Amino acid sequence: MIEFANVSYAYEKDRPVLRDVSFTVQDGETVGLIGCNGAGKSTVMKLLLGLLPCTEGRITAAGLPVDKAHLPQVRERLGFVLQDPDAQMFMPTVYEDMLFGPLNYGMTREEADRRIDAALKQLRIEHLKGRHNHRLSGGEKRMAAIATILAMQPEILLMDEPTAALDPYNRREVIRTIGDLSGTKVITSHDLDMIYDTCERVILLHDGAVCADGPAEQVLHDRELLESHRLELPLRFSVS
Amino acid sequence: MNKMDAALRELAGMDDLAALSSGIHRLHPAVKFLATILYIFTVASFSRYALSGLLPMVLWPVLLYQMSGIPVSLCFRKLRFVLPLVLAVGIWNPLLDRVPVLQIVTLTVTGGILSMCTLMLKGVLCLMASFLLMATTGIDRLCAALRAMHVPEYPVTLLLLTYRYISVMLREVSVMTDAYSLRAPGQRGIHFSAWGSFLGQLLLRSMDRAQSLYESMLLRGYRGGFHYAETRPIARKDWLFLGLSAASFAFFRLVPVAQILGGMFV
Ligand SMILES: Nc1ncnc2c1ncn2[C@@H]1O[C@H](COP(=O)(O)OP(=O)(O)OP(=O)(O)O)[C@@H](O)[C@H]1O
Ligand SMILES: [Mg+2]
Repeated sequence: MIEFANVSYAYEKDRPVLRDVSFTVQDGETVGLIGCNGAGKSTVMKLLLGLLPCTEGRITAAGLPVDKAHLPQVRERLGFVLQDPDAQMFMPTVYEDMLFGPLNYGMTREEADRRIDAALKQLRIEHLKGRHNHRLSGGEKRMAAIATILAMQPEILLMDEPTAALDPYNRREVIRTIGDLSGTKVITSHDLDMIYDTCERVILLHDGAVCADGPAEQVLHDRELLESHRLELPLRFSVS
Repeated sequence: MNKMDAALRELAGMDDLAALSSGIHRLHPAVKFLATILYIFTVASFSRYALSGLLPMVLWPVLLYQMSGIPVSLCFRKLRFVLPLVLAVGIWNPLLDRVPVLQIVTLTVTGGILSMCTLMLKGVLCLMASFLLMATTGIDRLCAALRAMHVPEYPVTLLLLTYRYISVMLREVSVMTDAYSLRAPGQRGIHFSAWGSFLGQLLLRSMDRAQSLYESMLLRGYRGGFHYAETRPIARKDWLFLGLSAASFAFFRLVPVAQILGGMFV
């Protein structure tokens, strides 16, 4: 479970980025976090991971408070796919990058290898295994970045813009993979069709505050709500 | 492809080199590290006029390059960006120290020139040895070995992150020069009026990038351990290598081989 209780945050004094944000995500739920550029989505993710200190309000994840004392345990349960894959991959090759997490958590090499192969297969990118990270294309890099996190098999999966820069085929593979995974998932994206395909519930963030929180079916059908917050209906609804 | 891109590619090429397999590659990383440190200290300990005494020290790296299958020329090609810096170290010596120390036919060699050459050679030798260490070991195995030798976590992490930071910075330079040149067509290089903001941006951006990479490591359970590089105990052949290296350093340091050889022919 994830819980945000009255969380406010400001990077710079007097310029709040989140204001009194509260929501809970139940175990096994898949929630889409949407909102225009600068709404505060990535900030929510970073607070949840303890990358930013929570100064106001209370955050819990997987039954643990997200604070300095619990960070290692919290992070062990969370997997985070960053918005920018370049900021995520640091080992020379995709394989070594995927190995990093599992081995750090004390897994044997055989077990880690098994998970790596499973994750690559799940995303159908086995061919990227031995490639050098900095010689990958933008989309290949993103797929690899997702695979590194899947190999850790986290209890809670956080994804920041997982389908940005992907071609239609890879985008579908990611959507299918998200659907196949059990466990709690929080996904941010501007790809509202993808959100509709993967999430049962949607939270709309605007200007650092929660403006709507409800079933995807309902929020993503509400043209007025979306358009007044600089968003649009998912393509499939706007066409008809 | 701009120059920085090329440099970046080459940095990744280092990992390819480290994945080669030769007797030198298979030596224990810690032993290679110790031998390299020992070598650098020995080279540094020669007096500043000891050019001829320093010459035989070339043998050790050259021999190891041969044995590991890495051409020496590769080292200079890859390090051509740093080489000028190393060579520039002693560049003022000839102006500061004009006392003649040597007369070769009509050519007078001053102390400044001699010490400049010695300094340059020292720099090149140290560079060759460090490059060899990196090229035959790889940063991760090296750090793992250091940790296994109970070197504290802090300096090891610092070394690792510095190495990664270099590639991050090169990438940012590459991105920024591309972005700059696209909007300043027909201009070669970066106009000096933009240097200040360019450097400032570069620093901020690469620091941000390095920060998020470090965070990404933390998020995947990094706590100073290096589990991903396999380490094995130090074997007899490793000790042998270290012993032979140390003995040869001591020999060349204490016995003026070049002078003795020279004396035999003159
Ligand atoms: N390091 C920072 N320092 C200062 N302000 C920041 C920093 N990072 C983000 N902000 C500001 O915080 C606000 C929210 O940023 P955030 O990255 O959370 O937005 P987002 O919803 O993820 O947007 P996007 O859809 O563009 O990814 C923005 O106005 C941004 O300018
Ligand atoms: Mg964002």
